[in-house]
Amino acid sequence: MSDKPLKQTPLFSLYQSYGAKKIIDYGGWALPVHFSSIIDEHHAVRQKAGLFDVSHMGEICIEGKAAEKLVNLLMTNDITSLEINQARYTAMCYQDGGTVDDLLVYKLADQKFLLVVNAANIDKDLDWIHSHRMNDVTITNLSEQIAQLAIQGPEAVNILQKLTDTNLTEIKPFRFVQNVQLADITNVLVSRTGYTGEDGFELYAPHQQAQVLWRELLRADDRLQPCGLGARDTLRFEAKLALYGQELSSSITPFEAGIGFTVKIDKSSDFIGKAALTQEKQNQPARKLVGLEIIDKGIPRHGYKVFSSSDQEIGFITSGTHSPTIQKHLGLALVQAEYAKLGTEVQVQIRSRLVNAVVVETPFYKRK
Amino acid sequence: MTNTQLRFTKKHEWVLPLDEERARIGITNHAQEELGDIVFVENAEINQQVNAHDSLGVIESVKAASEFYAPLSGEIVAINEQLEDEPERINDDPYQDGWLVEIAYNKPQELETLLTEADYQAFLSEEE
Repeated sequence: MSDKPLKQTPLFSLYQSYGAKKIIDYGGWALPVHFSSIIDEHHAVRQKAGLFDVSHMGEICIEGKAAEKLVNLLMTNDITSLEINQARYTAMCYQDGGTVDDLLVYKLADQKFLLVVNAANIDKDLDWIHSHRMNDVTITNLSEQIAQLAIQGPEAVNILQKLTDTNLTEIKPFRFVQNVQLADITNVLVSRTGYTGEDGFELYAPHQQAQVLWRELLRADDRLQPCGLGARDTLRFEAKLALYGQELSSSITPFEAGIGFTVKIDKSSDFIGKAALTQEKQNQPARKLVGLEIIDKGIPRHGYKVFSSSDQEIGFITSGTHSPTIQKHLGLALVQAEYAKLGTEVQVQIRSRLVNAVVVETPFYKRK
Repeated sequence: MTNTQLRFTKKHEWVLPLDEERARIGITNHAQEELGDIVFVENAEINQQVNAHDSLGVIESVKAASEFYAPLSGEIVAINEQLEDEPERINDDPYQDGWLVEIAYNKPQELETLLTEADYQAFLSEEE
């Protein structure tokens, strides 16, 4: 980490009054690990609803006559079939198929797209996008102007509905509505998306409105609980939602990371990484992301080595924790493809010991 | 929690001498708060010989793994077996139910090097 002062979201000054514990450096941002406790917040989101400040996420607007062409060239998913007010999860790859970032593309208008990117990748993504810039396109970094709150959980729709006349049940998954009025705030983008494996919404509002929005939401219903980074991570982990820097990186392709569904080899126009990804798809990826359950004792953590039952090194843990919902010690691991079959017995090196584990089905948690 | 016999380390363990030979060890309330929800303890083993400052085991929270250390030299004579199924006892009651090990200490002079509660509190406020 550098010595640069940590960046603060527009909600930073409110954290203390909502009981935030442990403000940490998360990719250069000062963010709370938890408010009550990680496990408590995790269950709140699975059973009721939680509110997350995710304003550190980056927003990049791509606008102009060639906007769709540029976005479709950069992204592995098919952007041309998006309707206005529809969002799509996609990877953005290098020529060799390694991943620049994973992100959501929002189609705001025919010639206007909003990319929601990982906080730690904002500068890298902007450089990458600019290096493929076309005439008739403007690329604007709106990250410093747009705040994002996520309200997630089975009760999220009912709680959010208390603040608006817009009928939220009509917003289908991966659809959104622009310029929604929430409480007294008139210009919120309300998107039925999330990173927890539950139903919920992500709300994009100008920085100046973020504090009012946070307060109004928590005042509207006491079932809604403020949540920190810790629960965000355990929730996304159980749902097997990739985290860039762990499941994905410049040396991990979308096929390896289990998000091959974002790669549309046959889409109508060329895209960066197409040749490498086409070849990988034909040959089958050499490594696969699998779920591991620890049979012995210990918790797998990011970076721990994975061995076959005959003690050969076969991969590494990308993410791991004690799963609050399933109550087991679970990990995601990137392993050689021949060890990816369900039921395969492997070993994880936890400190100095090799601990038995087995390949299990993922996602670990699926909403009913 | 105000037991005048309690002693502390700068690594956030507490030590309670039970008699002339035996002391109970745990982690402080500050330490459990820093760790958050504790979900697994890899404890020391009975009969293990330890020197002061040796690693005794690992306490894992949802987020991270953290080692704890021997405040005294000697032999491990008891471990809190209830932590195997209920590691959250450390969060709920770090000074009683959440104890970790008992050591038969063989260098009583090491007790003198530990912090009193007042010293430990002062150390904590310096750290912040």
